Amino acid sequence: MPERQVVLITGARKGIGRFLAEHFAAGGAAVIGCGRTPADWTRDGVDYQRADVSSEADVKALVGHIQRAYGRLDVIVNNAGVASMNHSLLTPVATAERVLATNVTGTFLVAREGAKLMQRRRYGRIVNLTTVAVPLHLDGEAIYAASKSAVETLTKVLAHELGAFGITCNAVGPSPIATDLIHGVPAEKIEAITRRLAIKRLGRYEDVSNAIDFFVRPESDYITGQVIYLGGVS
Amino acid sequence: MRIILPMTQPQPPDREVVAALVMAATTDVMLQRGHADANVAPDTRLVGASAVLDSLGLVTLVVDLEQRVQDELGYGLTLANERAMSRTNSPFLSVGTLTDYIHGLIVETITRA
Ligand SMILES: NC(=O)c1ccc[n+]([C@@H]2O[C@H](COP(=O)([O-])OP(=O)(O)OC[C@H]3O[C@@H](n4cnc5c(N)ncnc54)[C@H](OP(=O)(O)O)[C@@H]3O)[C@@H](O)[C@H]2O)c1
Repeated sequence: MPERQVVLITGARKGIGRFLAEHFAAGGAAVIGCGRTPADWTRDGVDYQRADVSSEADVKALVGHIQRAYGRLDVIVNNAGVASMNHSLLTPVATAERVLATNVTGTFLVAREGAKLMQRRRYGRIVNLTTVAVPLHLDGEAIYAASKSAVETLTKVLAHELGAFGITCNAVGPSPIATDLIHGVPAEKIEAITRRLAIKRLGRYEDVSNAIDFFVRPESDYITGQVIYLGGVS
Repeated sequence: MRIILPMTQPQPPDREVVAALVMAATTDVMLQRGHADANVAPDTRLVGASAVLDSLGLVTLVVDLEQRVQDELGYGLTLANERAMSRTNSPFLSVGTLTDYIHGLIVETITRA
């Protein structure tokens, strides 16, 4: 790749997003990371911005910043996500709305505004984060899994709508990875999930970046609308 | 909603300035979409049976115009806002209606500030 890639990673303050930001920066990309709260770390090649992906004004300001500072955008990883692990009968509506706002509206907004910038050069790679909770229909994760089902459908429709602009859109669905997101889930429950995978272990950050690296390669211009689950869920 | 306003431009641009922008963008998109030549006038239709652009062309035009309005006039507008999409008289009907619509949005942005 002769030019330096410009990569936006949402939810880059911690967890998978932080790993991805550092991974792309280590590969030589100019990385813009974002989150609702300031990051307690810095790194060369990572430009961290405050932005809530569920806010249209924040997302427009973020993409405006990318346009002014970098002039283009090649890759988006819609990683920002929140979960709520409880029985549907015990899920407050405010929780449901909060999960949908970040996971669905946020993914949509970042893809919409980012694609407007990408289409100027008729090139773009969008990767959304889903989860094995969708195909496994995990109980206790109704709203979270439903929000990620929506992300998968969004991924497939965007693939069709953005194909003509040279933009691909795919999704990666990790198995459980030890981050704050699943901190509150009991160990037995995590074990029960990994027992249902073909490869019976927790996921690692590198498993996620490996799948994303494949989707964002320039050569992957004929790969779009696809979902890859980690750990061997089928 | 936070609106980004240019510090140096308290007056809205003349309608002619917006008209020129819409005409230039429409011409560019038409040529891009394979028209051999593009004679764009205020009554050039953008939607409906006699439209000069297909649906993808219209999407491209709207995105391109948001960009030009931002770059050349300094206003960060969202043209496909809910009000516009639900209006019976679509502001996207013709080059002229689109010009009025964008000019109106800029004036609104300034008076709201
Ligand atoms: N860990 C897993 O087992 C697992 C499995 C499958 C899928 N995933 C998916 O992987 C993604 C990352 O998860 P993770 O485990 O790394 O979670 P995490 O450790 O909880 O980190 C989530 C990140 O997203 C940011 N964020 C949350 N809401 C946001 C918003 N509205 N706007 C901007 N940033 C926001 C957070 O920063 P701020 O708080 O500063 O905003 C944080 O940096 C999520 O989409 C998740 O669904 C995770």
